[in-house]
Amino acid sequence: MTRAIGIPWPVALTLLAALALAIVPVPDILRPARPEWLALILIYWAMAFPSRIGILTAFVAGLLLDTLQGQLLGQNAIALAVVIYIVLQIHPRLRVYPVWQQMMVVAILMALFKLLALWPQGITGFPPGSLWYWAPVLTSALVWPLIFSLLRDLRRRWLLHLT
Amino acid sequence: MSTRSGTGGHAISKPLFRLGVSPTLRLLAVILLGLALMALDHRVNELQFVRGALATVTYPLQVAVDAPVRAVSRVFESFTSREDLITENRILRSENAELRARQLRFEALQLENDRLRALLNTAEQAEERVEIAKLLAVDLDPFRQQIVLNKGRNDDVYAGQPVINADGVIGQVLSTRLTSSIALLISDPSHALPVLSARTGLRGLVVGTGNPQRLEMRHVPLQEDVEPGDLLLTSGLGGRFPADYPVARVTSVERPQGQPFLSIEAEPLAALDRSREVLLLWTDGAVSAIAPLNLDNDLEAAPPNALESEPAEGTP
Repeated sequence: MTRAIGIPWPVALTLLAALALAIVPVPDILRPARPEWLALILIYWAMAFPSRIGILTAFVAGLLLDTLQGQLLGQNAIALAVVIYIVLQIHPRLRVYPVWQQMMVVAILMALFKLLALWPQGITGFPPGSLWYWAPVLTSALVWPLIFSLLRDLRRRWLLHLT
Repeated sequence: MSTRSGTGGHAISKPLFRLGVSPTLRLLAVILLGLALMALDHRVNELQFVRGALATVTYPLQVAVDAPVRAVSRVFESFTSREDLITENRILRSENAELRARQLRFEALQLENDRLRALLNTAEQAEERVEIAKLLAVDLDPFRQQIVLNKGRNDDVYAGQPVINADGVIGQVLSTRLTSSIALLISDPSHALPVLSARTGLRGLVVGTGNPQRLEMRHVPLQEDVEPGDLLLTSGLGGRFPADYPVARVTSVERPQGQPFLSIEAEPLAALDRSREVLLLWTDGAVSAIAPLNLDNDLEAAPPNALESEPAEGTP
């Protein structure tokens, strides 16, 4: 087995797409409910290629998200790194779960993600102060089947040779 | 699944991490790095070079997201009917004539003002430069009130620069990159803006609430004279905004029982969540010239703590 390093370009493209989705303008009512696209896509790839997509990828992607959204630098980065760490620990199980069970795991991971991202906001003095903050936990879990099937097709088409 | 789990039962007996550093160690390392970044970013605000490097990736993304939105609106524009254009043109023409007439008087007043200032031996008001910036159609953190502008360090934009539009104050520039910048709106909860009431000269602090239609005026003692409808102007005291730009109109005043201060709500004059174009303002020295004038005309009316306790405007 060769060393599995480097991010394949289809994966990089999906990560860029996730970053774009994070800032695409949507009507004001929907804004707080925007799914955490980047986290979802990272979770999938970490589950599929645990030796390639790991904590460092998550951290750097999180820094980019922080810059894009004008948040405190490091806020999303740490939260994503922790989430991906957990995915790396449980990926053999996560892969064989049926989709509805994966959705539940995703919901839990997203709750953790939002909680970790909330702390720095609380410490710096400007917590969101609205229950809408937690809406992405639900919406992310709901779009997980879509992400899962899309990325699985992509992997089967382009990345079958990779581990 | 085509990956290792397909190769049988021993798949989980992990040769998973071959890079030497265990994931736990790696996680701890990035958490420490992240905490350091957050502390630096929050405390000293001196991570411009890191943000700049990250922006080389993020700015093209923002432009890519913005482009289709802009293209759609351009298509709609090109389908506007000729009649609409003629009507709009007529309105703009009459508005322009009216504004130019007013500008005539304004220049005369400016000259008179300069003369009077010279008589009083006060500093002159500095020239102001204004440039239009467009908003990129991208969404930021839904719980912060920020916008992305299409002008950056290349256009002399600097952090702390006032952002206004034709109706009033919008906010201030928070951070700059080469060709774009992020501005904080006055409705962000972290933004505070020193104002004075046009009617009474009363000074106070206008703080954002997170809602683009609502601002609060803080630290105004109960006995002060504030009424709904009062116009609030920038006082120029914070040192960032020049004086006398309209900010908001008071919408409600309550005298809560057992509280030392009035609870005052105001509505921003500029449509913070709807404007697609804003004006960037360059001023030099205007503030220091104006502050002393305001200081001595309402000493009794001034809330004693509004001045001293005010934080620097906008503490991102």
